[in-house]
Amino acid sequence: MSPLVTELRAAAGRENVLSAPSELAVYDCDGLTIERQPPRAVVLPGSTRQVAAVIRVCQRQGVPVVPRGAGTSLAGGCVPLGEAVVLALSRMNKVLSIDLRNRMAVVEAGVANLQLARALSGTGFHFAPDPSSQAASTIGGNTATNAGGPHTLKYGVTVNHVLGVEVVLSNGSIVQFGPVGDPAGLDLIGLLVGSEGTLGIVTKVWVRLMPNPQDFHTLRAIFADVADASNAVSQIIAAGIIPAAMELMDQGILAVVEEAFHFGFPTDAGAILILEVDGPRAGLDRQQQRIVELCRQFGAREVLQASTAPQRELLWKCRKLAVAATGRLSPSYLIEDGVVPRSRLPQIIDRIAEIGRRHQIRIVNVAHAGDGNVHPILLFDERDRQQVDRALAAGREVLEECIACGGSVTAEHGIGIEKIALMGRLFAPADLEAMRRVRQAFDPSLRLNPGKLIPPRGLSPLDRGHPQ
Amino acid sequence: MQGNGFHNAKLFTAVNPAATIDYALFQRCVHCGLCTSSCPTYTELGDENDSPRGRIQLMRMVADGHPLSDRMRRHLELCLDCRACETACPSGVRYGRLIEPFRLAVEQADQRGEARYDWFREIVLFRLFPYADRMRRLLLPVRLMQRLGWYEMAERLGLFRVIPGRLGRMAPLLPSRLQTAPRLPKFLPAVGRKRARVAFFVGCVADAVFRPTHWATLRVLQQNGCDVFIPPEQGCCGAIHFHSGDNRGARRMADANLVAFELDRYDAIVVNHAGCGAMMKEYGLHWQDGLQPHRAKFAAKVKDINEFLDNLGMVPPAGRIEAVATYHDACHLAHAQAITEAPRRLLSLIPGLELRELPESGICCGSAGVYNLNQAEMSDRLAQRKVENILSTGARIVLASNAGCLLQIQRELRRRKLPLFVMHPMDLLDLSYESKRPWRG
Ligand code: SF4
Ligand code: SF4
Repeated sequence: MSPLVTELRAAAGRENVLSAPSELAVYDCDGLTIERQPPRAVVLPGSTRQVAAVIRVCQRQGVPVVPRGAGTSLAGGCVPLGEAVVLALSRMNKVLSIDLRNRMAVVEAGVANLQLARALSGTGFHFAPDPSSQAASTIGGNTATNAGGPHTLKYGVTVNHVLGVEVVLSNGSIVQFGPVGDPAGLDLIGLLVGSEGTLGIVTKVWVRLMPNPQDFHTLRAIFADVADASNAVSQIIAAGIIPAAMELMDQGILAVVEEAFHFGFPTDAGAILILEVDGPRAGLDRQQQRIVELCRQFGAREVLQASTAPQRELLWKCRKLAVAATGRLSPSYLIEDGVVPRSRLPQIIDRIAEIGRRHQIRIVNVAHAGDGNVHPILLFDERDRQQVDRALAAGREVLEECIACGGSVTAEHGIGIEKIALMGRLFAPADLEAMRRVRQAFDPSLRLNPGKLIPPRGLSPLDRGHPQ
Repeated sequence: MQGNGFHNAKLFTAVNPAATIDYALFQRCVHCGLCTSSCPTYTELGDENDSPRGRIQLMRMVADGHPLSDRMRRHLELCLDCRACETACPSGVRYGRLIEPFRLAVEQADQRGEARYDWFREIVLFRLFPYADRMRRLLLPVRLMQRLGWYEMAERLGLFRVIPGRLGRMAPLLPSRLQTAPRLPKFLPAVGRKRARVAFFVGCVADAVFRPTHWATLRVLQQNGCDVFIPPEQGCCGAIHFHSGDNRGARRMADANLVAFELDRYDAIVVNHAGCGAMMKEYGLHWQDGLQPHRAKFAAKVKDINEFLDNLGMVPPAGRIEAVATYHDACHLAHAQAITEAPRRLLSLIPGLELRELPESGICCGSAGVYNLNQAEMSDRLAQRKVENILSTGARIVLASNAGCLLQIQRELRRRKLPLFVMHPMDLLDLSYESKRPWRG
């Protein structure tokens, strides 16, 4: 047995360390399957103290550490580059307290969103971020990637809902930022949320609880094409309505979703919008009426309200599980994450279709239409190297096109390794340099999730940071 | 995948256990990980090797030529085959069609290789369980002991613990009061307007241990205008054989049932325990020979009792039962047959009954066929988790549509000396039709 494994066992307990190669293989990637690399060992610590002990061992042995929650990242944030040790927080999964008076819950990092939602059921409160992976993803993972979701439009992303964090730093010390009412000193919570494990390992999170809206109306509107649907979206925003969510699915993805969940979508529809308004019951009917009018004005052939709770749930399930449902069409997919001005949505969807045709890669789309955030899903078979290359090339072009449309590349799914090369497009060299220095201040030897989020100097934009 | 050396790998020289699996089934898995939180073993252990995504990857590695190491094997054996992951998977992965043939092949390779004689499997599982009359005879002394009060004393004194291994685990599984009931007749007529003609599937363990539930089911069917036929030549559904790796034995059982039920005479073959129903609904899938079309036709006629009554439109029972109850989703009903709403709808028709949703209802109770005998530790953990969730509802009655779940939940409640009533939904519906209550007073 290697000295590393011996020490890890001493640090975290024998039963919490995996080191047999055949058991390490399943930790070789996350939801992004085109990059795989098995870790050197996997540790499943049961406490913050054990996390700290593991970090110290890895520092001593000079081995990188990659944190992992449920491993649902679509950007490769959990891929153990450089023969790292994977620190999986799945065994730290206790909801420690729920404090309704102060509208706050304290959870260990490995608690799944679903689990927290269950613990809160019946209290009248909820944790607002609702990433599409919420059935499995963890609060620690949400925090590390500053996760969003369809309801971001109205409620903001994870950073708006984290009140405090407990973090193990790269030297093994345990620190806590927040949760205090009026932050004094540097806002390190803001810095840590979204840092993808490069500044420290989040072990405990104080999250904000939001009162459930008094009521909500969920609508689906059926359009002849994406252009009509996006024009309706722009008009709704222009009319001063802020829906809780506005989601678009194009024809390609509708067919899959229908096959998977049998909602009853017309598969000949060019595009579908899912719209939700929530808040005090009094104003909802008026808002809904206004939305229906605007949709009709832009040629919606049908606008229906989900009248029962199960129907609403099914509608959201269709949207949230749409991406993974594409597994019914092809063995692998790559999901891109671009943003364009809302008015350019039709144009970008056209361009995406053209790019797909040229590279012979089938592409279907879902979008958080309210923020102009498009998720083109590129379908391919990972065993066919040529197809993989074509898909990668097409994905790159899609993002170039977003930028050309006056948009950008968002980090809703995290940067991970998937978008690391695009950081040069999003930030000036001096900005990136500032980030590197912050990172170095936290982790001088760069052992925490190396190769993620912040590109090394000299990585040229649109070079994927692939080791292969 | 990767080319490391695998020190612990036990090389198997026989056929690749993944050989019969269509590779496209593996490719359906896009590795999204959305199934993990629905998996009982991952929820308990937190190791992705014990998650659906991990297990699919392990099996796929074997399909790709990687030797099956002992550790990999352990992770695959710990799977309950509860198929909660199928319900959760957006991509439509048919997990059962991966793990079942895989385990079957491993089991067969074992038998060929080591020829070790597993007395439990050969005698108890294959010779005893599938035959209701043999089981009943075996249980006679138990019933006698129970009547004399010795059984509970033995349990209290921990005497069952001295019975070795899996047999010892079986003893406390038996309900504390094994009730007797007369033999089932060949035919029972509809009460009132005739609405359907059905055949009733009796099964093996279910008949030996839960005959009163059979009677309750039959009465409920009668109340709903069904002529009920109970073909005497029928036998076990074959699930015990199938899930313990005896493929041929399972097929023999299936084919005996093909002969016993004259399909054209009935609107449906009604089953009241989910494990048997799930097996029989898959008769058309498992064996590709000349009889396959007949088996598929048979399978199409099989209906779970909840599903059947819900489709028929159940006559609402009139007897009030003022109680709080909770319903546990048996894996073989919720995940294997996708039936979750029907039993809840039926139960909600009982006047006075308050049905509270059970947290984590779809997480396996740890019974899972003979899993509770082979994987004792995980089975116990899941039973405890289930009972904690049951207690959180404050219910006095727990309902489940499957023999294994009923036994498992009962055992755990008894171990903790909790006076809850564990019943099949048909037991409770029958009481309501008969204007009775589960308890006196
Ligand atoms: S089995 Fe389904 S849900 Fe699980 S990882 Fe594979 S595709 Fe995703
Ligand atoms: S069948 Fe059940 S135990 Fe097995 S992987 Fe699926 S969810 Fe987990």
